[in-house]
Amino acid sequence: MMSFNLLVFVALGYVAFLFIVAFAAERRARLGQSGWLRSPLIYTLSLSIYCTAWTFYGAVGYAARSGLEFVTIYLGPTLVMVGWWLILRRLVRIGRTQRITSIADLISSRFGKSTQLGMIATLIAVVAGTPYIALQLQSVTLSFAVFAEAGGEGWQTADLNRAAVWVAVGLAIFTVLFGTRNLDANERHHGIVMAIAVEAVVKLVALLAVGIFVVWGIGGGAAAVLEQIDQSPIANWDQSGGRWASLIFLSAAAFLCLPRMFQVLVVENADEAHLRTASWAFPLYLLMMSLFVIPIAVVGLNIMPEGANPDLFVLTVPLATGQDGLAMLSFLGGFSSATSMVIVATIALATMVSNHIVVPLWLNTGRTTGASISGDVRRVIVTARRLSIAGVLALGYLYYRLSGGGTALAAIGLVSFSGAVQVLPVMLGGIFWRGATRVGAVMGLLTGFVVWTWTLFLPSFGSAVVSAEVMAMGPMGLSWLRPEALFGVAGLDPLVHGLLWSMLLNTAAFFIGSVLSFPTPLERLQGAQFVNVFADTAGAQTWASSGAGAEDLLIMAQRILGGSEAQAIFQRHAKEQGKDGFLPDVTPDFIARLERELAGSVGAATAHAMIGQLTEGASVSVEDLIAVADEAAQIMEYSNQLEAKSAEQERTARALRAANDKLTALSVQKDAFLSQISHELRTPMTSIRSFSEIMRDMDMDAADKARHAGIIHDEAVRLTRLLDDLLDLSVLENGQVTLNSERGVLSDLITRAVDSAGASSRKIAISRKPAREAVVLETDLDRLVQVFINLIANAAKYCDAETPELKIIVRDIDGQTTVDFVDNGSGILPGHQDMIFEKFARLADEKRAGGAGLGLAICREIMERLGGSIAYVPGQGGAAFRVSLPKARAIAAS
Amino acid sequence: MTPGKERAVFLARASYRQRRLRDALRMLPVLGVILWLLPLLWRGAGGTGIAVQYVFGVWVFLIVLAALLSRRLVPDAPDDAGEDADG
Repeated sequence: MMSFNLLVFVALGYVAFLFIVAFAAERRARLGQSGWLRSPLIYTLSLSIYCTAWTFYGAVGYAARSGLEFVTIYLGPTLVMVGWWLILRRLVRIGRTQRITSIADLISSRFGKSTQLGMIATLIAVVAGTPYIALQLQSVTLSFAVFAEAGGEGWQTADLNRAAVWVAVGLAIFTVLFGTRNLDANERHHGIVMAIAVEAVVKLVALLAVGIFVVWGIGGGAAAVLEQIDQSPIANWDQSGGRWASLIFLSAAAFLCLPRMFQVLVVENADEAHLRTASWAFPLYLLMMSLFVIPIAVVGLNIMPEGANPDLFVLTVPLATGQDGLAMLSFLGGFSSATSMVIVATIALATMVSNHIVVPLWLNTGRTTGASISGDVRRVIVTARRLSIAGVLALGYLYYRLSGGGTALAAIGLVSFSGAVQVLPVMLGGIFWRGATRVGAVMGLLTGFVVWTWTLFLPSFGSAVVSAEVMAMGPMGLSWLRPEALFGVAGLDPLVHGLLWSMLLNTAAFFIGSVLSFPTPLERLQGAQFVNVFADTAGAQTWASSGAGAEDLLIMAQRILGGSEAQAIFQRHAKEQGKDGFLPDVTPDFIARLERELAGSVGAATAHAMIGQLTEGASVSVEDLIAVADEAAQIMEYSNQLEAKSAEQERTARALRAANDKLTALSVQKDAFLSQISHELRTPMTSIRSFSEIMRDMDMDAADKARHAGIIHDEAVRLTRLLDDLLDLSVLENGQVTLNSERGVLSDLITRAVDSAGASSRKIAISRKPAREAVVLETDLDRLVQVFINLIANAAKYCDAETPELKIIVRDIDGQTTVDFVDNGSGILPGHQDMIFEKFARLADEKRAGGAGLGLAICREIMERLGGSIAYVPGQGGAAFRVSLPKARAIAAS
Repeated sequence: MTPGKERAVFLARASYRQRRLRDALRMLPVLGVILWLLPLLWRGAGGTGIAVQYVFGVWVFLIVLAALLSRRLVPDAPDDAGEDADG
């Protein structure tokens, strides 16, 4: 039999080992070698503080009493973890972007950085958390007692109490040492996380070792143990459905809401991606922790004497079978479970108490405006936190003493859980529902807290606090207020009853209060940031332009963070703004970011209040919100304008490209024309020269002379015509033409034109409708006829049909007289259609062309001078030109 | 969600897979609840031994499923920003 002193020695050695681990981790983190300290594995193991001594010892006891029901406590967290994408991912993201320090901070920050809400949430957490800490102290002292008894030293109550004091003091020292070493801007505690990760391994190994020993060492293998289960007192599967479902819900909710779980899940989370691993690894851990619970319970019930405490089977079974080493390991496992939970819970509660109760009160005493010494607020906070740690542990010890440390404590675990989950509706509402307001949150929390206190918490103390008479008849004879049968709902399991009513009324009050109240601007801003955390991670503006100087802000930041850290932050911001030195420009953005840095140390509400003092309350107002909205609208407007502009530019660019193409084509044609025109000019010149040479150098008779002179004359006429055309065009283009306005009938003009086209027009059949041509015009008739002649001559010249035909159609379109000249040839290719009216234009492959390509250009110029137009009409079965006569001059024949 | 930023109506195959993977992850806890509430409906069909095996079996199943899904998931896929909109 091992001595009790050896046990104490081993326990102390284990504690010393944890100290070293924590120190080493802190050291590594400080040196920046925190690589594997921030791994998903460490994160997963740190979550194991969910498995407290209540799990380590209590689960077996629970199983021995109620069978499989114990497992519900681990099913809930499993569901939350495998469904991490739904809630946890959002919580962690919000926690990181908003620098959340605790669950009270989350709620306070979400609802407009309300100090009041932070206090309420803190109060609930402390009241619900204290019994749980007491439970841990009890389990450690009980396990000491077991060994003392085994060692032959029977422990009295006084010994137990003394042990509890020592355990509490030891835990306080450890927690103060590692929990308040640095008032880190992001509230991470590497030493503690590392220590609890080690403890997580120890407790898992211990429980698995005991389980394996029990199943294969005593029970005789898995199959035999299963058989034993079916023979045991817990063999009957008659699980109450209400309790089973309620407990799964309760444990899932508590996993999210317990302050210590929030601390490790959200605050200590180093990387969002760790959730991915933890989502399956932590359920696996829970599974392994629960695997041997029922076998240990069943085997314990079989081999231990009647009346042995099943809560301690994990210890007593190895001891009773003489496995001292295993018992020692098991003791260390239980010790680890208890201490790790107490440490983290204490830190979480102390952070909440100092940030949401002590510091706001201290700020209210008005001493803040006095001498501003660098780091003085920091000292207050650190002191407050240390005192809070001691205070929370003292409360736990006090509770342990007051409750007598008996079986009443064992029942408190679930009651404590249901107290903690009173923040669930407000928390989920806050992160998923923008309509949730501060008033609603206060109403919900208070309602839930009151109902929980009345139906679960007070009755858990037994008849000392709530008399049997009140339990049976209700307070002052009001039977509908009986703690375990509110509003006459009797017959439910007390836990299910209390949980149901507290959650229902809590949620209802929260919802009604939110719907009926109107949020402040800050609440609305925060609400939008929390709910839309994935859509918009950039912080919105919470500060209007302020009168605070950068120096004042630096002094204040130094008071909270200490000199060097504050200066580093200011320097960084100044550098980002492109300035040297320590004082950045005080922009609203800078203030908002500074506030967030401070919030990482003292919580959102305090940080907001402290900055508010400097900026003289120039916090965001409804007007600012509207201005921000306007700004957003303006930005959208501006971007729309930009879009429109770029579309317009694209259109312009297209037009320019088209113009450029046309210019290029024209330039090519111009070159072609120049060579053409020189050719055209040269041909008659050549013949004139050669014939005149012949006439000069050779003797010939009069007839030949006359013939040659005739040729020379014809060529000269051709030359003149060409030059006339060119002159004509240039005159028309320069606007130097004089128009002789006369009256005439359209049919006469067309007849004149057909006749004048002369020889060429005889080759082509012309069809007209004289009845329609009876239109009286007043314009320069000669010029108009010139256009008609040109079109008819063109048709005769270019129409490539077997039997060329030209239709001349007169129409009245919208009061404007048009004359169409449509032939039955192959028309003009689409690519050439916009080119034919340019001067020098002549379709390159036309061999039959007699002119120099000036005809249509002249026509266009004439029509423009006359106030009409000429256009090519595609798709008429041949080349079709439409001459639109000047509107005002076209007078219907009467 | 952000105004002015258009969301694609159809996605490439890979991002489509990612979306459905997230849907599956969302459904996982629902599946767990259903499977674990099932034993409540058992009436005299076996004792605690069977129930223990069933509950732990479901547990292992969920863990394996969660591990498979979470491993294939790309947490910050490019189309992450608006994922709340399509439920």
